[in-house]
Amino acid sequence: MSIDLKNLTIAKARKALDGKVFSAVQLAQAYLDEMKKKNKELNAYLEVYSDILEQAKTADEMIAKGESYPLLGIPVAIKDNILIKGRVASSASKILENYTASYDATVIAKLKREGVVFLGRTNMDEFALGGSTENSAFGVTKNPHDITRVAGGTSGGSAVAVSAGLALAALGSDTGGSIREPSAFCGVVGLKPTYGAVSRSGLMAATSSFDCIGPIAKTVEDTEVIFNVIKGSDVLDSTSIEVESYKVHKVIKSESKKIIGIPSDLINQEGIDLKVKENFKESVKNLESLGYSIVDIKLPNCIALYYIINFAEVSTNLARFDGVRYGTHKDGKNLLGDYLLSRGTGFGKESRRRILLGAYVLSAGYYDAYYGKAQRAREALKQEFKELFSKIDFVLTPTSPIPAWKIGEKSDPLSMYLVDIFTCTANIVGVPAISVPSGFMEINGKQLPLGIQFMAPHGGEKSLFEIGKKFEGIQIEP
Amino acid sequence: MNITDVENLANLARIELSEVEKKELLSDMKGILDYVKQIEEVNLPKAGFDRPVKARLWHANNVWREDKLEPRDFSKELILEQFPDKQDGFLKVKKIL
Repeated sequence: MSIDLKNLTIAKARKALDGKVFSAVQLAQAYLDEMKKKNKELNAYLEVYSDILEQAKTADEMIAKGESYPLLGIPVAIKDNILIKGRVASSASKILENYTASYDATVIAKLKREGVVFLGRTNMDEFALGGSTENSAFGVTKNPHDITRVAGGTSGGSAVAVSAGLALAALGSDTGGSIREPSAFCGVVGLKPTYGAVSRSGLMAATSSFDCIGPIAKTVEDTEVIFNVIKGSDVLDSTSIEVESYKVHKVIKSESKKIIGIPSDLINQEGIDLKVKENFKESVKNLESLGYSIVDIKLPNCIALYYIINFAEVSTNLARFDGVRYGTHKDGKNLLGDYLLSRGTGFGKESRRRILLGAYVLSAGYYDAYYGKAQRAREALKQEFKELFSKIDFVLTPTSPIPAWKIGEKSDPLSMYLVDIFTCTANIVGVPAISVPSGFMEINGKQLPLGIQFMAPHGGEKSLFEIGKKFEGIQIEP
Repeated sequence: MNITDVENLANLARIELSEVEKKELLSDMKGILDYVKQIEEVNLPKAGFDRPVKARLWHANNVWREDKLEPRDFSKELILEQFPDKQDGFLKVKKIL
């Protein structure tokens, strides 16, 4: 039988699986066929698991017994920095090329309990450092809307898998936009939850105080279904919390209009693509017609702040990869030689760059000027956001200042950092944010997807799902 | 910043670099540090934000759990399997002194 994968959502698949319209095995087989056709060209998956059909069979047995969970039998792709016991997890790095996870990440344990079918591990920028998946040690992932262009990153493989119909949904991780930016570039929905809403146990750390695991899917509703399964505090992650523990501040009485704040200074500056601005204006108009009121707000450019903390924490977190206990090991003439060679050959360019920059901003002479100042500015920004969200319900921006660029076009690392201008702020203050497709722009006859991003106060995922669903209801095809 | 700084940082970070790589990194790092330097100009508007970070972090909460043993899902076999070198179930490394 043929399953209409293009229009399939988790919600529809749930009904079809429970109603025996198709089986989990048939669904998994449909995705396997698609992967065989497309993955070689797109490079979304670094590995397609060999036991997909067995997993699906187990799911079918559970369904036959009358069990039903939101994600039972749903085929999901997993970013290569999330551990699944007994399977390779490499963070797209040579230094972990053959590393096999010895335990399940908490999110994976939760998905296993639901009877999810894991399709494979998806490509990414090495150790989640980048914005285009070009920093993978195992080749770039291509954008299905134009294969000469990047998928975005760092969760590029996950976004492409969902966008090209090679998975029904996927997990990614977001440190400064790594779920939202590739989702926008590939025309899918990506959620970065409140910091701590989803356990980080079993996620390879990039910037521990920014990192979040979150869902990538075709619809806002699908991201909500996954979020509700993976969220929750966890004894294995001391920074995890119950999202419900945040008292979501109601700005004004629920019957009056919700207020969206737009940082127009930030959006109207140079470097933001004209068509992105046009598309954004159109989105704002649509939101007004949906009954939201729009106000102008001020937001600072936080890229410098973001990257100083990112370098510092990355440098510290990647210190554990030394070839001693696991991963790539190169023999030198002594122990120090082992370290130098293993780390020198194991890490890619961007990882090395950030490790050195982190060592620099943390060094005794520069600590106060860079890292110390950045931490104080971060506290000030958190305070600013608290005050902001006492007056408005959402902050709205484009997800990315530019659409997906040509592979290899951005050779200067700084130019790639600047793409995080709208996304990194949510990670600095820890608020949730969602990227929703907002239409397309045409370049050289190709339709490239664009996205807009809503931010809400801590614990405000519910209101993000609500506004996201309303907004996607008025989207038009190119 | 000069090439000696790059060498020192690479040594601290235990990363071996070729001469070409050092030069590339120096030029990249200069550009990036010039950019992130703008953090100096950020005004900290409210009283209290000029205090050292540690003093502010004292307001953070501790997260406690009961002091009891809970089984964890680690696979000893998988951990042992991945040691680059081992003997009698121990990890083997080169001598340190």
